[in-house]
Amino acid sequence: MSIQGQLNQEQIAWRAAQDIEDGAYVNLGIGFPEKVAAYTIEGREPIFHTENGVLGFGRAPAKGEEDWDLINAGKKAITLKPGAAFFDHATSFAMIRGGHLDVAILGALQVASNGDLANWRVGDKGVPAVGGAMDLVNGAKRVAVLTDHVTRDGKPKLVEACSFPLTGVGCVTRVYTSLAVIDVDIANARFVLVEKLSHLSMDDLQSVTGAKLHVDGDVGELEVPELS
Amino acid sequence: MNKCFATAAEAVADVFDGATVMIGGFGGSGAPIELIHALIDAGPKNLTVVNNNAGNGHVGLAAMIEQGMVKKLICSFPKSKDPKAFTDRYQAGEIELELVPQGTLAERIRAGGAGIPAFYTPTAYGTELGETKPTAEFDGKPYVQERWLKADFALIKAELGDPYGNLTYRLAARNFNPLMATAAGKTIAQVSRLVEAGGIDPEAVVTPGIFVNRLVEIANPQQEEVLNQAEARYP
Repeated sequence: MSIQGQLNQEQIAWRAAQDIEDGAYVNLGIGFPEKVAAYTIEGREPIFHTENGVLGFGRAPAKGEEDWDLINAGKKAITLKPGAAFFDHATSFAMIRGGHLDVAILGALQVASNGDLANWRVGDKGVPAVGGAMDLVNGAKRVAVLTDHVTRDGKPKLVEACSFPLTGVGCVTRVYTSLAVIDVDIANARFVLVEKLSHLSMDDLQSVTGAKLHVDGDVGELEVPELS
Repeated sequence: MNKCFATAAEAVADVFDGATVMIGGFGGSGAPIELIHALIDAGPKNLTVVNNNAGNGHVGLAAMIEQGMVKKLICSFPKSKDPKAFTDRYQAGEIELELVPQGTLAERIRAGGAGIPAFYTPTAYGTELGETKPTAEFDGKPYVQERWLKADFALIKAELGDPYGNLTYRLAARNFNPLMATAAGKTIAQVSRLVEAGGIDPEAVVTPGIFVNRLVEIANPQQEEVLNQAEARYP
């Protein structure tokens, strides 16, 4: 089926930003998840962590103002907010693995209903690269995923078991997709629907989801502003 | 005591064929470009290199790879804007890759410097990067055993250095540098400014001099990113 009115990446990022609490220590994955920072809710002050040893960074500098000693994990130039801190890589990953980070938000190739995540490698071809993803999914208190609900050719990305190589087992706690917000009940290997786009029927949503969507109580409406 | 060398060439002159060399930096931030280029001039072969990445463009680590000096790379993310130097040799089977999750790489180096031969981490459990390693359960959770990582030489970049080898770093250029300083037989630091003993507040020292064997002052060091924007090549 073709799905009308899917959320774009900006809107998915906006929805994820609504769940970030004031004062939370947050790591945003390279690329799509980085968009979440732009939608920080007025009055809340999350503190952004990057693997290469910075807490409390802000927006990108203006072109020409870059200092290439001051970059994020995506190797992009950043600026500092008042109260920022530098530290070495071992300390940085102590923050991650030691359970000090409140939220890690990553992209996904596939998420399974038992919380398994595949997001680093499609198959055996090409150069494998993992970065800090395997540490992040095993350390943050909350591991959230941002993703389109299906692949470009319409295959489900939410599945019963990942077919791509795993990044971590039983680690994802919430998935924000282009159609829905879904919690992962890791202990019982269940996807639990939290919100869905209002024009989408349960049957339609289930038909593009590779594992059963459970409903515990009310399902909210996934409402987001127009963003591009 | 004076650990200062006059030139980068002298500081890296005894890096031998087959050595394991840690190179600091994360991408271009904190990468000791002048030490790497001096090592290219010296030309040792069959090196095992430990770095977070695999070079970018045609300078620094990428240039070392292009010169055929690197037999094996231990890293977490061998991709960059311009990864051709590594990718071509990897796909031709000319360079071996040991892929390590970034936090595990950092902790293996830290463990090497701290005399801890192995440790357990949750990272990579249940994945192909953990599958050949011993595992154990602690308090009901599974963990992967990882081994320490040590090197013959570490090439690092710091901001201030004094003749005792005490170092500070600049911004996010700290990253792997202080860890690698602890894990090598000979740690060679390029510093952007050499100061007299007492010129660094002891409260501000990040790497204490005990971990540093040699220093060379490189004022106004080159940045990999800036070199790449200018499409520079080395040599």
